[in-house]
Amino acid sequence: MHIKVLGPGCANCVNLEKATRQALADLGIEATVEKVTDYAEIAGYGVMHTPGLVVDDQVVMSGRVPSSRQVAELLSATAR
Amino acid sequence: MSGIASLTGRVHAPASRRGRIGVAVVASAVWLAAYQANLPLWDWLVYDVAGLDPDSRWGSGLHFFGYDTVKILLLLGGIIFVVTVLRSFASVERTRAVLGGRREGVGNVLASLLGVATPFCSCSAVPAFIGFVAAGVPLGVTLSFLIASPLVNEVAVVLLYGLFGFKVAALYVAAGLAIAIVAGWVLGRLRLERWVEPFVYQTTLRGQVVVAGSAMPWSDRSAMARGEVVTILRKVWPYLLVGIGLGAVIHGWAPEDLFTHYAGPSNPFGPLVAVLIGVPLYSNAAGVLPLVEALTDKGMAMGTVLAFMMSVVALSLPEMILLRRVLRPRLLATFVGVVATGILAVGYLFNAVL
Repeated sequence: MHIKVLGPGCANCVNLEKATRQALADLGIEATVEKVTDYAEIAGYGVMHTPGLVVDDQVVMSGRVPSSRQVAELLSATAR
Repeated sequence: MSGIASLTGRVHAPASRRGRIGVAVVASAVWLAAYQANLPLWDWLVYDVAGLDPDSRWGSGLHFFGYDTVKILLLLGGIIFVVTVLRSFASVERTRAVLGGRREGVGNVLASLLGVATPFCSCSAVPAFIGFVAAGVPLGVTLSFLIASPLVNEVAVVLLYGLFGFKVAALYVAAGLAIAIVAGWVLGRLRLERWVEPFVYQTTLRGQVVVAGSAMPWSDRSAMARGEVVTILRKVWPYLLVGIGLGAVIHGWAPEDLFTHYAGPSNPFGPLVAVLIGVPLYSNAAGVLPLVEALTDKGMAMGTVLAFMMSVVALSLPEMILLRRVLRPRLLATFVGVVATGILAVGYLFNAVL
């Protein structure tokens, strides 16, 4: 599983990355987490309200910081 | 644990809905009571317990600081919560869908109105700009959105209402929208597209769009709103304390008519100086308003004060540095110039009519 956290580096993006890593640890899933800070690439995903979460090149969430439990739900839904 | 909670929630759905409404009613009542009790509390603490004279410097300064801190924190907490819940129904993606293919003119008006209603933070300004322009929203319409969003924000409007009353708040909203509409339209007329960084137009949009906030349960909206209150208060409290502190000093120590001569309605340079000072300054509505309240008390003209506030909130160095990533210096300078001119015009207009 390849996960990207989209965001220019504001507090929300840091929080989303934390929640994502926590969710991965809770689920026991191995995945690479990459931070994408390049504006052109962020906008390229169609994300206009950062932060955004991309799993295997699919945008699964944008515009808010979910709890690690919500991220876990999103991740297990895509893993299936 | 969460499974049990959601299961019982489903079984007792009507009861839990009643419970949620009950919590909302109790929370509103507590908020109102605290708001009402604020003034008597500080009257009692400063004048009776500490025994300070209401007309003395320490008396009036301390009273201003305590009363304003609590009042602004209560107003901010309440407003941010309500607005975040309302905004969880809107999204930047929907806004873009509405604006796509709009002509200039109508587009500028819509973009400014939506700029007020759409959830947005300054760190999203650049991705939103690219997303709008790459999707074919005209440059001027996009800029209307980017001007209105920070200028007419809920925090500024409700604090103005709380501190100065309905008339000033309504004037501020009308003026802010007018600036966003006219400035965006003018910038669109100037045909400045070639001063946008080329990569913006080369960006191809791919991937399906996820609309944030669709099909969210109420418990999530409420949790999101509580989180937002904590996040914003944590971000603004230093500005707030500095603003209220400066306000208290001006309130207690500055002579009654300090600004009447220099920045009163009779001084033709008032708004100009206010905008020149305000543009590079970076703060937010919560930090600037206590200061603004104290300045008005000491005789500064309303138009001058509002021009100062608008230039602090709408234009700032950090925002310019962010926008520089997508706008070339020439367009950026034109943008600042047009918006500053609009704010200046509003300042003079208010000084003339108020």
